[in-house]
Amino acid sequence: MLRKLTILAAVAGLMTAGVDGPALASGKKLEPKEVEWSFNGPFGKFDQAQLQRGYKVYREVCSACHSMKLVSFRNLGDKGGPFYDPKYKNSNDNPWVKAIAKDYEVADIDSETGDVIKRPATAADRFVSPYPNEAAARAGNGGALPPDMSLLAKAREEGPDYIHAILTGYPEPPAGLKVGPNQHYNPYMAGDLTSVWSGSHEHVPPGGFIAMAAPLKAGLVTFDDGTKSTLDQQAQDVSAFLMWAAEPKLEERKKMGFVVILYLMMFAGLLYAAYRQVWKNESH
Amino acid sequence: MSGHSTYQPKTGFERWLDARLPIVRLGYDSFVDYPTPRNLNYWYTFGGILSLCLASQLITGIILVMHYNVGDAFNSVEHIMRDVNYGWLIRYMHANGASMFFIAVYIHMFRGLYYGSYKAPREVLWILGCVIYLLMMATAFMGYVLPWGQMSFHGAVVITNLFGALPIVGPAITTWLWGGFAVDTPTLNRFFSLHYLLPFMIAGVVILHIWALHVVGQNNPTGVEPKSKADTLPFTPYATVKDGFAMSVFLILFAIFVFYLPNALGHSDNYIPANPLVTPAHIVPEWYFLPFYAILRAVPDKLMGVLAMFGAIACLFALPWLDTSKVRSMRYRPTAKIYFLFFVVACCILGLCGAKLPDDQVIPHLTTFKLIDADLNSFVWLSRTAALYYFAFFLVILPILGLKETPLPVPDSIASPALSPEQKG
Repeated sequence: MLRKLTILAAVAGLMTAGVDGPALASGKKLEPKEVEWSFNGPFGKFDQAQLQRGYKVYREVCSACHSMKLVSFRNLGDKGGPFYDPKYKNSNDNPWVKAIAKDYEVADIDSETGDVIKRPATAADRFVSPYPNEAAARAGNGGALPPDMSLLAKAREEGPDYIHAILTGYPEPPAGLKVGPNQHYNPYMAGDLTSVWSGSHEHVPPGGFIAMAAPLKAGLVTFDDGTKSTLDQQAQDVSAFLMWAAEPKLEERKKMGFVVILYLMMFAGLLYAAYRQVWKNESH
Repeated sequence: MSGHSTYQPKTGFERWLDARLPIVRLGYDSFVDYPTPRNLNYWYTFGGILSLCLASQLITGIILVMHYNVGDAFNSVEHIMRDVNYGWLIRYMHANGASMFFIAVYIHMFRGLYYGSYKAPREVLWILGCVIYLLMMATAFMGYVLPWGQMSFHGAVVITNLFGALPIVGPAITTWLWGGFAVDTPTLNRFFSLHYLLPFMIAGVVILHIWALHVVGQNNPTGVEPKSKADTLPFTPYATVKDGFAMSVFLILFAIFVFYLPNALGHSDNYIPANPLVTPAHIVPEWYFLPFYAILRAVPDKLMGVLAMFGAIACLFALPWLDTSKVRSMRYRPTAKIYFLFFVVACCILGLCGAKLPDDQVIPHLTTFKLIDADLNSFVWLSRTAALYYFAFFLVILPILGLKETPLPVPDSIASPALSPEQKG
């Protein structure tokens, strides 16, 4: 019985072994350092204070170029979110959320006249994008398009680790590397630098070019909870915030998973006992 | 096996119904009284597990369709993930359920292969299973396109382009599949339609599969047909309780993926909206297609590659007539057992090769010599070796081995080895 389950597990393991992403092309990049996130592991939870700090970094720095079209202001007050308050089950009533939304203006149609107007955002509105369209976003960023951040933490391998690594990974470019205009060397970025490297072909620097200049630096964002605003702290907090934005139901999911698996294990145990009972007098 | 019915209507209503529509009798004969060999092991529980997978996919799928919108596919999937009550659960169950379905179906197929479940009189049963597998692949492929992420889009481009390799009719077929001159919204729309249709076709063929099973009866690890009542046990409670236990263990594995690793089997690029102008660095299909993808890429010529890929599946259909052995179960075929083991390994290696770049080195930092078009130490050569073994297993080993090998003595009946454990293989 146990032996057979082991075989089963081994087969399942073998069949999923080739699943992790494909190997990289010729250019190597550095593997992101693993951060110990509060939301790691089967019992992981978001750290609300960290999400609030992360939101502040996003709002004051990232949102100047990056949109976050899939997230609404009300989500900030949802369970597990940065401004969740158990007093306000309906996040549209959450005063923090309402206050944040009011700071933004969104386009609307006046229902009386049909004119295009601007009105203060409400909790039900989506986050406001910095540019009206893709062309404007490219024009404002030297031709490069800042990706929408709603799903960024799931749309990159290693997710939050990768974002943290990119944000903290802006060393001086090694001598011998030709860095073009609007290009910034980042060893965690995918790419192949062979053609712009004048040194030996054995030692092409890892990584590639990124159009975004180092966005964060120590002291750039003031944290209201007194946390020291180091570069690493800002990068960690905003990465955690982006993980929440990409997977807002993570806490609920892990919590439910524990109960479901516990139930299934008891159910399996019960069925195994029933199986032993039924087959007691039958050879097989 | 489908002998006379022993169903006795107990109430007046049952007697009345039985004379008009004997549906309770059908259920009783199929799932209660149905005799199953007493020596079925846990590998035989995957049939039940697969029906569970199908039911789960149908239910979650029907709910997803209530919220999915082809015109705004990517965003509507995110709407399901964020705003629909328990939408994240339904979607993760459906996406991971597809992988679970394939894990179960591959084990089910390997089991059939090992115990010779395709041999007379079960050829039709086996072929119906192959039809289900083909339908499953089509359904899974089209389902993966529906979220309309980068991998969805470019996967659809790669797979539909394969048909373009066919001579003369190729380009016309691809235009017809696309509903235009490129993969676009019309393609997504028809894939959605077919993704909803095919599962019901699968359910239909599953009914035929179970019907054929109940006509010829289940095979068993000895491969010896049941001869007397001592060889079998009624389906309920013996098989139901064993299947139920196996299902609940399988559900634990399923739950681990849904709740703790929901995106481990997917590709991160599929969380980027489809963009025809940006091609992902590496387009890889879902894991369950990787072995066939490796066979496709192992052949330098596109048309030959496509034919090899479809040939790999065609071998399965021809299997009942390729295996010449008189002995059904490999438990009594020691040589075949070894070749079978290598076959399983070859399939896993092909899966691994499908996930890697063809020119990447298998053993890092070891350059050997160039053979034809690639270094010998590359995944393309590894997949060629494994693909060669895959085809040799069906087309050379099974036909010849069946005539040459000396099998071990086969027990007279199921009950005899079942009663003496030392004879078990």
